[in-house]
Amino acid sequence: MSKRAFFSPGFAKNFGRAWLVAGFLFLYLPMLTLVVFSFNHSRLPSHWGGFSLEWYAKLADDREIINGLWLSFKIALLSACGSVVLGTMAAFSLVKYKRFFGRTLFSGMVSAPLVMPEVIQGLSLLLMLVAIQHAIGFPERGLVTIWLGHLMIGLSYATVVVKARLQTLNPQLEEAAMDLGARPWQVFTLVTLPMIAQSLLSAWLLTFSLSLDDVVVSAFLSGPGATTMPLVIFSRARLGLDPSVNAVATVIIVVVAIGVTLASIWVARNERKRAAEVSAAYRDDS
Amino acid sequence: MQPTRHSRTSLPWWRGRGLVIGVPFAWLLLFFLAPFLIVAKYSISEMGDVRVEDLVTYANGAVKLAAKVTNYATVFTDSLYFNAYLASLKYALCTTLCCLLIGYPFAYFMARARASVQALLLMLVMLPFWTSFLLRVYAWKGLLDEGGWVARAIVGLHLDKALLAMGLIEAPGQLMHTTFSLLVGMTYTYLPFMILPLYANLSKMDLRLLEAASDLGATPWVAFWRVTVPMSIAGIVAGSMLVFIPCVGEYVTPELLGGPQTLMIGRVIWDENFSNNDPPMASTIAVVLVLLIVVPLALFNRYQARVEEAGK
Repeated sequence: MSKRAFFSPGFAKNFGRAWLVAGFLFLYLPMLTLVVFSFNHSRLPSHWGGFSLEWYAKLADDREIINGLWLSFKIALLSACGSVVLGTMAAFSLVKYKRFFGRTLFSGMVSAPLVMPEVIQGLSLLLMLVAIQHAIGFPERGLVTIWLGHLMIGLSYATVVVKARLQTLNPQLEEAAMDLGARPWQVFTLVTLPMIAQSLLSAWLLTFSLSLDDVVVSAFLSGPGATTMPLVIFSRARLGLDPSVNAVATVIIVVVAIGVTLASIWVARNERKRAAEVSAAYRDDS
Repeated sequence: MQPTRHSRTSLPWWRGRGLVIGVPFAWLLLFFLAPFLIVAKYSISEMGDVRVEDLVTYANGAVKLAAKVTNYATVFTDSLYFNAYLASLKYALCTTLCCLLIGYPFAYFMARARASVQALLLMLVMLPFWTSFLLRVYAWKGLLDEGGWVARAIVGLHLDKALLAMGLIEAPGQLMHTTFSLLVGMTYTYLPFMILPLYANLSKMDLRLLEAASDLGATPWVAFWRVTVPMSIAGIVAGSMLVFIPCVGEYVTPELLGGPQTLMIGRVIWDENFSNNDPPMASTIAVVLVLLIVVPLALFNRYQARVEEAGK
């Protein structure tokens, strides 16, 4: 095939479509298979033994999974809330204050956990927390220590999401509020906060799901009796294929899909409303 | 900037600006930097110096008391560690190349799709982020295990012979716990990290540049290589770093999909800490790993700063 033919509009278009379709199949087929085989009567992934809900029924009696799920849920809730608060402050610092002592160090520390291997993060926090525990007898390894670890990773992700939104804000709106006599705290709660609310929700959902999913940091920081759900799944997956994992996976995927869909509908609706308000405001102006 | 000056004059240092910067700053110093310094200290200590008697309490197995003159000497002389570092870099590089090969055309065609479809496509790429990383890796266990449908398709098409010839698998028909399954798993989990920065970059490109190139006599093929690709270098660097750096220290994927010959450094750190109960050795390996990734990390940070500059 000549290079010219390769880039002829018709061929390039079809080739592009084919590439996108193949890429999406690659991204989605494995998860789809996981879901389908959770309804498989047979234990084996090679054999379709007919439709069955038995793995879901067994799930209800699986104390290990249920306890793990409950613990993971509590940790994810706490770490999502903490990450969003700290992440918003960090994003605000980086966007609004161009100059302060240690800014380079600060921004480096904020983005490093995004790519730092989790094994290192887990190990380093573990060593520090063990040292602290020896010194003051607190904290016991378990929920609190896992939460601290997740908070550290969540903080970085929350900062990235909120920062992206803050950078697109028109500073004139905040300046206008300031000119009208609003205190800085009022400016933040009455002007800035409503405008970044959607990014806070995205950051919350992202850090929640990151925490719900984490294996490595949790493994380093968990103590006896504090086994989160990913740790249960991981230890079972290590031993081989387990239909109970498929069933849990399906439940998680469905819950996440519903949550993300609802959130994006909410965000899209607010986006439209805000755009309408903004254009209305400008119309009144002229 | 008006607001800054306002808050600085009207509020004491511990409120307003001081609080907003101070709290996350203190948090990061305490839970990110301090643990690192502790790891660095552990890495140069021998087992006795770091109060082994205390470490016994959380390591409910036998503690190795053999004092090491220096852990660093061990890391550089023991071929186990050296090979594990080498393997980690090799597999991370292969994964990055696979992601780039699949991800670049993907991001390119996405960015050139109709504007109305782009939001949907972007959403579809982001969605896997929300599903569990662990489960995405686990899914491949079922697909590549003997009898999994992908494994059967590969064997049915005799592609396993090609994989065998490339040295990615050891025996025909045996796809699980090989270099191949490891690379498939890592490429699969990290692909969205490559696509997103590339898409962000390519979708912002000024298409008039291609028209200009065409007016000046460049064929689309030449224009692609001499205009589009050079202009997307920043995206390529960002995507590659987002894939490469975490891959070097990856633990979960090699543990679930890799085999005995794919020992990577994340696994070694894990084992030194959990199986050998030797945190100082684990710390030494971790410090060397950080030194290995510090250059790509700096590259990544520089790119981030440049994007920030451009965003202003």
